[in-house]
Amino acid sequence: MTVTTTSPRGDLAAPARAAGVGRPRRGPATWLRGGGLHSLVFLLPLLVIFGVFSWFPIVRAVIMSVQETNLVTDPTFVGLDNFRHVLADPLLWKAVQNTLYFAFLALLFGYPVPLIAAVLMREVRRARGLYSALAYLPVVVPPVVAVLLWKFFYKGGPTGVFNTVLGWVGLGPYPWLQDASWAMPSLVLAATWAGAGGTVIIYLAALTSVPAELYDASEVDGAGLWRKIWHVTLPQLRGVLFITLILQVIGTAQVFLEPYLFTGGGPNNATVTVLLLIYRYAFQNSLGGDYGAATALSLMLAAVLAVFSVLYFRLTRSWSTS
Amino acid sequence: MRSTRKPAALVLVGALTTGALAACSGGGDPQDESTNSAGQVTLSVVSLLPGSTEEAVAAFEDQVAEFEKANPDIDVQSEEYEWKATTFAAQLAGGTLPDVFEIPFTDAQGLVENGQLADMDAQFRALPYAEQFNPTILEAGTGDDGHVYAIPAKNAYPVALHYNRQLFESAGLDPEQPPTTWDEVRQYAKKIADANPGVAGYATMTQNNTGGWQLTAQTVARGGRTVETDADQKATATLDSAGTKETLQFLHDLRWEDESMGGNFLLDWGSINQEFAAGQVGMFTSGSDIYTSLVQTNAVDPDSYGLAPIPLSDAPEAATLTGGTLAGVPANVDDGVKDAAIRWIDFFYLNKLVDEDRAVADAETLAKNDQPVGTPVLPMFSKEQHELNQEWIADYVNVPLDQMTAFTDAMFDLPLAGEPSQKTQEVYALLDPVVQAVLTDEGADIDALLADANTQAQALLDQG
Repeated sequence: MTVTTTSPRGDLAAPARAAGVGRPRRGPATWLRGGGLHSLVFLLPLLVIFGVFSWFPIVRAVIMSVQETNLVTDPTFVGLDNFRHVLADPLLWKAVQNTLYFAFLALLFGYPVPLIAAVLMREVRRARGLYSALAYLPVVVPPVVAVLLWKFFYKGGPTGVFNTVLGWVGLGPYPWLQDASWAMPSLVLAATWAGAGGTVIIYLAALTSVPAELYDASEVDGAGLWRKIWHVTLPQLRGVLFITLILQVIGTAQVFLEPYLFTGGGPNNATVTVLLLIYRYAFQNSLGGDYGAATALSLMLAAVLAVFSVLYFRLTRSWSTS
Repeated sequence: MRSTRKPAALVLVGALTTGALAACSGGGDPQDESTNSAGQVTLSVVSLLPGSTEEAVAAFEDQVAEFEKANPDIDVQSEEYEWKATTFAAQLAGGTLPDVFEIPFTDAQGLVENGQLADMDAQFRALPYAEQFNPTILEAGTGDDGHVYAIPAKNAYPVALHYNRQLFESAGLDPEQPPTTWDEVRQYAKKIADANPGVAGYATMTQNNTGGWQLTAQTVARGGRTVETDADQKATATLDSAGTKETLQFLHDLRWEDESMGGNFLLDWGSINQEFAAGQVGMFTSGSDIYTSLVQTNAVDPDSYGLAPIPLSDAPEAATLTGGTLAGVPANVDDGVKDAAIRWIDFFYLNKLVDEDRAVADAETLAKNDQPVGTPVLPMFSKEQHELNQEWIADYVNVPLDQMTAFTDAMFDLPLAGEPSQKTQEVYALLDPVVQAVLTDEGADIDALLADANTQAQALLDQG
């Protein structure tokens, strides 16, 4: 038994489009007869979920950003005072600097590593699946578990795991998380380990789409491995590379987990990021946080990230249509 | 088929949506639902620290069972709890605090002013021993209107010096002779660190407001104060006092000259306990009552534990900082819950201090489950009552009191000072990075760090 589930709207619209006729005017009755109610009902779960978990909090955040509120006592309207308060906080600029520093280090180390790994894995002939699995393994380790593990490795002093191993070759001991200048690179190292696997898989998938003829042709022209990578692989991956770059910028601007779990923002605020500062505004005072300041800074961060998101959407659109 | 499947799908989608909405609504505020289907008052209470041992949980469950047997109209629901500024703020804002929760002395006044604590005065006054409380301790939970909102419950403690006797011995130190001056602390720390590579001879908390707390405690022990309050309750930040500078210089010297503070300078209340129980810390300062949680959560070796008073300098104002824990009830509960709450507070926290039968029963339950009995704390009532209580439970005391005599012999003679009363946790938070800076940056400018923190603290205090 076959059940036909073709949309009535499709049945009606197709001839109209085929005939090149303009869209017929539709009243509520036509909309209802045409299956509009069905569409709405099927859309409802999505609308509810987005409404409750995304749009409502966003609207609420916008309202709270112009209020003085600790979510317990009655809120009062304060205009743009929260934004002024946040912009006057000396810790904000420290947090922005730290976030940019994290993003820079993450790009410096975290961006090329997956690419190099993917290209090398593409070149190996045997056990490629094993290498892929090994590269992806850190991604499936729960983040908190991974951080606790790394914290153990990073233990300061000569008895820490990393310091012990490095001590065998006469290096260290290094302070890792216990020094303002070492803490951020240490966080980036752990974050790169944890996140690289996903990007490696994306690159590996993209690499399969590079036509083999291009490599054959370049080999005929006498290109070695590096010239093949430089002249064939990288140009072919340009679109994916650019998109992962933007995604990484957006991701690193919202870095929270690593500084929160590794250092709590220390030592001496050396790893306080913008998101951690938002958290502190909201929750550091046990008698009720400054949720107005927290939401004000959240909105400012959202505005900056929106620029990157627009860029991302435009790129993905042009990429997918090309 | 076509005509039946489509409506069925619509119904299904509609049902799922309704279900999602119902799930999101969550059934309203759980605190409104004070009675269950059996007509019992449902009372949610805090139990133990997360990660407590099975024995500790068993002992607590025995106590709940005993309470419910004596109070059949109350159904106790317990949840693990560790007071942290950040998680408490989230629970407070989210309305998810249990009906009986614990707060530090420092937070009670602020919560009362914000209308977040239930007025428990009537229930409290009905307790037969209400008039016997130490008035200073009772004051911590009393509002400006004279009503009791938060009840001294779990403990009152002075900050003390905790030390690892085995590390003392390994360094050739006599564990029966803990340090009595800060100079001795420094010397001992150096010996412990030299004899045990990788171990901190001395450590201090630095995170989650505890860095500020312990900096304040050590400042007070040197005769300084971090906040001064005049008769009109106007508070002045004095973070740059000589006592604070001396404390930070002390930490700096141990860290950079002696290298006797190990390799971890990001510690809070829980993690320093963990390090200490693991034998990675020789000495540190914290509330005198932590032995209980060291056993319940960190499985400390009892033989390794030693307790002494925090060293006091010769300065006339030198004192031991005190603190404590109060039991509070959310402002929005009904009288039925308040009545049930006071019965639980009486049973679980207080009656065992004044009633012999209850004291013995409680000690017996704890001892049966290998839980600490007899950890030294300050008396909630009079010294005589405290001593009487200790006599009642003497047969069940299982904490190594003979390893704590340096503290217990002196505890009633210690000059005591309360924590700052205004913006306490916020000022502590300002001091965390100062302590971290001194321990992680050899060139840290102590004067400049304190001057900056003092300006910020005064701005906070001026907000009122």
